Amino acid sequence: MFSWRSSGADKFFEYGVMAIGLSTLVLVWGLVLMMVNDASPSIDRFGLGFFIGMQWNPNTEIFGALPFIFGTLLTSGIAILIGVPLSIGIAVYLSELAPPWVRQPLSFVVELLAAVPSVIYGLWAMYALRPFIAQSVEPFFMSFLGWTPLFQGNAVGLDKFTAGVILAIMIIPTIASVSKETMRAVPDSQREAALSLGATRYETTRIAVLSYARSGIFGACILGLGRALGETMAVTMTIGNANSISWSLLDPGQTMSSLIANNWGEAQGLQLSALIEIGLVLFIVALIVNLFARLMVGRIMRAVPATGGGL
Amino acid sequence: MNIFAYRRMKNQLASFAALACVVLALIPLVYILVMVVKTGAPAISWEFLTSRTVGTGGPGEGIGNAILGTLLLVFYATLMGLPVGLLTGIYVSEYGNNKVGYTGRFFNDLLANFPSIVIGLLAYALVVNFLRFGFSLFAGSVALAIIMIPIVSNTTEEALRMVPNSLREGALALGVPRWKTVLKVILVNGKGGVITGVLLSVARIAGETAPLLLTAFYSSYWSSSLGEPVASLPLTIFRNFNSPSKELLQQAWGAALILILIVLSINIGVRLFLGNRSGKKKVVKNWKRRLSLRT
Repeated sequence: MFSWRSSGADKFFEYGVMAIGLSTLVLVWGLVLMMVNDASPSIDRFGLGFFIGMQWNPNTEIFGALPFIFGTLLTSGIAILIGVPLSIGIAVYLSELAPPWVRQPLSFVVELLAAVPSVIYGLWAMYALRPFIAQSVEPFFMSFLGWTPLFQGNAVGLDKFTAGVILAIMIIPTIASVSKETMRAVPDSQREAALSLGATRYETTRIAVLSYARSGIFGACILGLGRALGETMAVTMTIGNANSISWSLLDPGQTMSSLIANNWGEAQGLQLSALIEIGLVLFIVALIVNLFARLMVGRIMRAVPATGGGL
Repeated sequence: MNIFAYRRMKNQLASFAALACVVLALIPLVYILVMVVKTGAPAISWEFLTSRTVGTGGPGEGIGNAILGTLLLVFYATLMGLPVGLLTGIYVSEYGNNKVGYTGRFFNDLLANFPSIVIGLLAYALVVNFLRFGFSLFAGSVALAIIMIPIVSNTTEEALRMVPNSLREGALALGVPRWKTVLKVILVNGKGGVITGVLLSVARIAGETAPLLLTAFYSSYWSSSLGEPVASLPLTIFRNFNSPSKELLQQAWGAALILILIVLSINIGVRLFLGNRSGKKKVVKNWKRRLSLRT
């Protein structure tokens, strides 16, 4: 039997731990309300018109978010378009095809891609990726897609296309490793069944693994999308910073996060609160995307670590 | 063509395509490492590492204040984020099999996936605006601490869950109070995983840029006071990356080299020295999965 003293100490410890841990969490989430408060001058002034406003003009104090929402969606779209097929290829290789002894080291190297700070991605993109894209990739696309609105203009490299490519590189480790985990979670009996029917490795992967794990893979892509939407530095450094809407990928643009990063130093008053409102929009979008991804990944990865945990 | 040959060919093509994806993804990593080392190395000298950034690109400039700033930011952030993250992790793992625990874990996981610029805005709202600290070392550390908390608490939770229940039962059967069991048995057994998480979170926050831009801002002086703006390696890179001056650009590459050395050596070191035992490896894998690798 516990003595009075030790059970008192136990309660004290439990509630103390809970108070410190959870109160911080409550505080952090409470800060979102503080952000709403900081953004309220802009919310009051522009209302819902903020989301369809085309101008960002500190002189006339008219602020609208549409060009930046557009830029965020467009660059993230490019990132998904390039990043997803590559990531799924990587995940298939790491989970199904690679010889066992390279799996671990290779997964680690792919994950290192996620450890590189985004400002270094930006620096590299500026001096290595941008010239390459401007000289080879963009002229290539212009030569046969030049008639579409997407590839009008000059190949300079400081534009939405480069920003999308660098985003694609940055979301690959996220999508690849989460997809790989969901493919690993596919029971071996599925693979064995397909193989025993005479399917090749490729057919097994397609029939037994990819279709089984597709909700998890889809969730992984959504997680990657979430990361692309919020990514700041590498985009800020490559997108060229123009506050206008243009469908051409070869024109400079601006995303929600790059707008904040670019204007933060000098913004005051109404502009500052409009920037915070943009941050709030970004927060809400990221939250929805993550909740959705969690739902999709959770469906296949219910496995909570089985051992241990509180008594 | 024979259907079997066709299927075999398709199989081989698909395998080749998958391998090509891996190679394609590794090109940027290798390219970045080579380029940062090659371009950054000529900048490194004792003077470069120990003098401050004046900002004119003249002789005798360095990134000493940025290195100091990054160390201070990481130090204060760890001071705040580590205990909170650790306690949250302990609570969720050891006392969290109830509604409070599940809710806490859920919001913690979501916090882990906030875009880092939003965390910068949160810290701005609290420290810079509400507490009237202004752009400061303190504000920057708070932002980094908020990033650190969910990483540390998730790793702690995963690590403590790896400790077998028989140890808990054994300690309790000997009459050890539960709080002592947690501190002296469970935490001690799970410490490898906890240390791994802390180190990886340090590597992560050392490279964060956007939240610092919004909170710690920048200074070209040696500042170490909590209430003043402070320089940091990532922001030195960001300020100089587009500079027309060759010297300032060189500074950015030098700073990038130092930063990438710090970040990668922690990541690889953790892998080599702490990741050998299977349990710990699994911890890293689990929290990375849960945080969707937002490193």
